[in-house]
Amino acid sequence: MTNLQAKQAPKPAKAHGIGHNDAHDDGFSDLHPAYSSLQAMAESNRCLYCYDAPCVTACPTSIDIPSFIRKISTGNPDGAAKTILSANIMGGTCARACPTEVLCEQACVRNVAEDTAVEIGSLQRFAVDHLMDRDLPHPFKRAEATGKKIAVVGAGPAGLSCAHRAAMLGHDVTVFEAKAKPGGLNEYGLAAYKMTNDFAQREVEFLLGIGGIRIEYGKALGRDISIASLKESHDAVFVGVGLGSTNNLGLKGEEFPGVDDAITFIEQLRQTEPKSEMPVGDNVIVIGGGNTAIDAAVQAKRLGASEVTLVYRRGPENMSATEFEQDLAKTNGVVVRYWAKPVAIKTNGKLQGMSFEKTALDDSGKLVGTGETFDVHADQILKAIGQKIKTDDLAGMEITGGKIIVDDTYQTTAPGVFAGGDCIKSGEDLTVQSVEDGKQAAIAIDAFLKTATA
Amino acid sequence: MADLSCKIAGIDSLNPFWLASAPPTDKKYNVVRAFEAGWGGVVWKTLGIDPPVINVSSRYGAHHDQNRRLLGINNIELISDRPLAVNLQEIRECRKEYPDHVIIGSMMAPIEERAWKDLAQQIAESGVHGIELNLGCPHGMCERGMGSAIGQVPEMVEQVTRWVKDAVDIPVFTKLTPNITNILWSAEAAYKGGADAVSLINTVNSIVSVDIDNMVPEPVVDGKGTHGGYCGSAVKPIALNMVAEIARTPETKNLEISGIGGITTWKDAVEFMALGSNAVQVCTAAMIYGFRVVDDLIDGMSQWMDDKGYTSVEQFTRAAVPQVADWNELNMNFDTKAVINTDSCIECGRCHIACEDTSHQAITMTDKPEGGRVFEVVDEECVGCNLCYHICPVPDCITMEPVKTDKPPMTWPEHPLNPMRMAAE
Repeated sequence: MTNLQAKQAPKPAKAHGIGHNDAHDDGFSDLHPAYSSLQAMAESNRCLYCYDAPCVTACPTSIDIPSFIRKISTGNPDGAAKTILSANIMGGTCARACPTEVLCEQACVRNVAEDTAVEIGSLQRFAVDHLMDRDLPHPFKRAEATGKKIAVVGAGPAGLSCAHRAAMLGHDVTVFEAKAKPGGLNEYGLAAYKMTNDFAQREVEFLLGIGGIRIEYGKALGRDISIASLKESHDAVFVGVGLGSTNNLGLKGEEFPGVDDAITFIEQLRQTEPKSEMPVGDNVIVIGGGNTAIDAAVQAKRLGASEVTLVYRRGPENMSATEFEQDLAKTNGVVVRYWAKPVAIKTNGKLQGMSFEKTALDDSGKLVGTGETFDVHADQILKAIGQKIKTDDLAGMEITGGKIIVDDTYQTTAPGVFAGGDCIKSGEDLTVQSVEDGKQAAIAIDAFLKTATA
Repeated sequence: MADLSCKIAGIDSLNPFWLASAPPTDKKYNVVRAFEAGWGGVVWKTLGIDPPVINVSSRYGAHHDQNRRLLGINNIELISDRPLAVNLQEIRECRKEYPDHVIIGSMMAPIEERAWKDLAQQIAESGVHGIELNLGCPHGMCERGMGSAIGQVPEMVEQVTRWVKDAVDIPVFTKLTPNITNILWSAEAAYKGGADAVSLINTVNSIVSVDIDNMVPEPVVDGKGTHGGYCGSAVKPIALNMVAEIARTPETKNLEISGIGGITTWKDAVEFMALGSNAVQVCTAAMIYGFRVVDDLIDGMSQWMDDKGYTSVEQFTRAAVPQVADWNELNMNFDTKAVINTDSCIECGRCHIACEDTSHQAITMTDKPEGGRVFEVVDEECVGCNLCYHICPVPDCITMEPVKTDKPPMTWPEHPLNPMRMAAE
């Protein structure tokens, strides 16, 4: 890398803007500290146990939220966890990383009555953690062995969710993962303060407890395996490769040391121990308007950067980062500049900063530069301007708009090859959506295999 | 501010709020704190004949709601476990230091005339305003032939009341147990025995919960548990009915009533008084929150009285009694329907599923084109049961609206479909 240094003492974040106390914040500790039993009791009793509840409809995995919250309130947290995990085997990660304020909690009827939703995410975490913290047998049983073999490419949320459901349905699954660890973006792509205590790895270990799933690490599509060879050796293939490549700014100097992808920065941080050893710039620019941009900006600030400037080419209402995430950036002292686009990377032997041009909408609603420019000094630039699919190794599957085409059974245009998660167009790039894709694809594969043998 | 002073059994009280005979009134220290907090009177914890009883350790069980609010407590504590002379000396001191506050001496004894009379006289000599006969304790003491063992036999209730009336010249309150088939039998017995008032209800016999790890009823005393006396807001409905029955029945309606049973708020107290209580006694609410709860009892009742234009508590005492009727006196031609205010509806769906699963399939749930759903009452199916109205989490979202009718009131005995009526014709 560059001349970036690990900061001696990460500056504690002053405020989280979420009403939880956290006396031991070192910049990496839990964004939402876990509920105590007392908090879980009080919050679970706020749930009205709605019938045909709007929160269930709002959850991509359709977790029976009123039922699991009621189980918490009656002193049955492990039953609550089973209710959650039966719909979403990664309920633990989703409880931590889901933008609940735009999903289940946004639909909560308590918003209407009191303007404060039941904290479904925190309750879900309480239940799942309760179960996972006990040394119990895996809560789900496998169906009778079918003798079918399924190959899953990618051990991210979509792949592992598919693997778990397929194993449950009696199939034997082999997961091929390019990296050294499982979990995908849960392990490599979420801010550290969302996934403390190695949760991604603990969750995978728990998930594998069902049996019938083998993971082969260091197996990259196109390098070590191919769709064709997998089809040869398996009865069905699921592709959950995510988005392996990132977008570029298209500016001169983009390869200059200190200019990185935000997702790489997060990945590096997640794999650094202790986290305070992670080098960070003194003045950091983050470009983008999604949750990864916020993760990177907040994390850079908490790592000790003096000034972090997040620049987005449109207004706050256009950001794909949720309001909660945007507030999180501001309460962590990130300077947010809207309506500006990068036009030049400034270097002078070392990275100096960036020039931006102010933007506006013209009469037709098109985003245009106003001609007015300004500079921001920086010794680190993090790009969070979107990821894209790596097309090279997906031969045989049609791709459009940067996403693999699937039918309503998650089958790609290649027969017997299914896909899900961020590499297909299923709405938003959310962990919870990937988990749903994987689960539904496994069910579809099961039906496909039954038809194929009939 | 409305005048809360009241009179019961000829005793003037600053307000209708007394602490019931129970742990909170066990000794001078507590009673002084109660008077300082604003309670109008106390019924001293039940006194018995020396030697004092010995209590066990672990005495209370609890019925919580899921938010750990106490709905009720049950207890297996016996009567005062301090020497009689100590209690009587403290009563004398309290009477002297708080001359405007009421102290009633509660007592119990075996079913022997001399025992009741001697003890009653000793207590009367301490200067109490009246004596309350504890004929209700449903645990422990009843196994020794006292408490509810006496209260469950109307003849004994009458006898004991008469003994004490004969022995002292201060008002006598006979405290009744709810652990009987018909409260009127013991109330009438107390009346015949000459009671100036009845106090009710004593605690309800109960097992409040079971420790399911160790399979023992709670509270647990070294691996075993026993039934105890249940109290707190959960018993209020039982008590209200018994109070009302006594107040409206010709044979007992002249009895004055000291209402007891789960009174927690000022509104509870108003309800007890509206149904026939001349004053009330409180215990569990104080045990849960401390004596300070009297502040809102006083303030809430005064505020309500001011709002309603009442200037004395007598004006609403027994005001609801004439409206307590037998089922056979109800108007079969009355009809009421649920009305859902869609503006305040939060779309939780609870009214729909309750009606759909357990009642009359009278609330439909329809998706709105713009998202969300709308809940509507099917008038033809609605029988006016009130279930939706009660379970709706939003106050006043569902109301029950009487249906206009030209039909005259008609009771079941008058109803043409009543087979008994046809048989009579």
